[in-house]
Amino acid sequence: MLPHLAAANNLARWLTRNGADAEDLVQDAYLRALKAFDGFRGDNGRAWLLRIVRNTCYTWLQENREHELTAAFDEETHVTEDSSSDPETLLLRSADKQFLNEALERLPLEFREVIVLRELEGLSYKEIAELAGIPVGTVMSRLARARERLQQLLTAPVKEPLT
Amino acid sequence: MNCQENEMLIHAYVDGELDLLSTVKLEAHLRDCTPCAQAHRNLQTLRSGISSGDVYFKAPNHLAERVRLALQEADNGEAYSSASVQEMSRRMPSQQLPKRMWWQFSWAWAGVAAAVAMAGLVVWRLDPGVSRRSQNELLAQEVLSSHVRSLMANHLTDVPSSDQHTVKPWFNGKLDFSPPVKDLAAEGFPLVGGRLDYLDDRPVAALVYQRRKHFINLFIWPSDSGSGQKTVMRQGYNLFQWTQSGMSYWAVSDLNSTELQDFVHLVQSHTPGTP
Repeated sequence: MLPHLAAANNLARWLTRNGADAEDLVQDAYLRALKAFDGFRGDNGRAWLLRIVRNTCYTWLQENREHELTAAFDEETHVTEDSSSDPETLLLRSADKQFLNEALERLPLEFREVIVLRELEGLSYKEIAELAGIPVGTVMSRLARARERLQQLLTAPVKEPLT
Repeated sequence: MNCQENEMLIHAYVDGELDLLSTVKLEAHLRDCTPCAQAHRNLQTLRSGISSGDVYFKAPNHLAERVRLALQEADNGEAYSSASVQEMSRRMPSQQLPKRMWWQFSWAWAGVAAAVAMAGLVVWRLDPGVSRRSQNELLAQEVLSSHVRSLMANHLTDVPSSDQHTVKPWFNGKLDFSPPVKDLAAEGFPLVGGRLDYLDDRPVAALVYQRRKHFINLFIWPSDSGSGQKTVMRQGYNLFQWTQSGMSYWAVSDLNSTELQDFVHLVQSHTPGTP
């Protein structure tokens, strides 16, 4: 058994949105972790490993899907201010695995990332800040915008074509 | 409290990242403000949907074996060094793993760690410096975030008082050190109050001063890490850091750098010891 493998795989899978790529990157990340192990200081092995997984994924994205990294920033500005989600639709669809999966996959990368780290891995703002190399205040605002966007995606009329 | 501000705080609230005073204020607000209460309920719905929605990707069964083999291959059959096993156990505490998993893990990795340690000594010599520098960077960012949060969350002071003899004793029993507190009203920087904050993994004293419309947060905590002074500018804020009499000081404000520097000199001259 390897430590933190589930978390590593989950993060890589959500960042790449592809199972096979995620597996390759998890393997790379563990090899990198092994080499860097001597530089590891502190007591949070999981956050340390996830940081390596994240960096490995970002390097890969840069080389293979550069448009996603830039698209993420563009999309940020397009978030509409309207956050009046219909509570009943939200309740129904957020409980629907299919809907939820699709909505999460459609989130821009940096939004998807904070949601996964916070909601699925349960990391604190501080841990996310260190992991992603951003200030704690940015974690808070990014998470807020990510959740707003997610609500919009979940409650949007179904007819809207998926991109 | 206006609602746009609260919208952000609701997120910090559901994440358990809001300080006590702001929590109390926000809860009162949620009782009165229908849109915010609805936003709060929506957020809870969303979060419970995600956590129970089965969207966590489980690692496929073959992945553990695959990664283990890759690590073994990288290992190249080097002899294990028991010293490095102990070193790793110490540095990556086992309480995060069931004991059996931990030992398998550390033995599998020990050999490679030893091999690479010899080959890459130079790299690791550099590493402490690198990580110290980035720790300082992170700390500066942390200090700045605390400053911004203290203004944003309307939680500037726990003890609002311009009287240093009220502010200083207030910290008694709340901190394991006694921060020097000095009102600098005569010099144009009136003391506004004090606050408990949390930085660098410990509770710290935050003293708040004012210059015209600008607030200055002065963070103080015991530290023996080095001396010297640092000036950083980030996101339009000025940060000054120095160590004096065994305490680490961080002054942060949107005040211009010259006046903030004046403030720093004043604090330094009222504090025993040389910076």
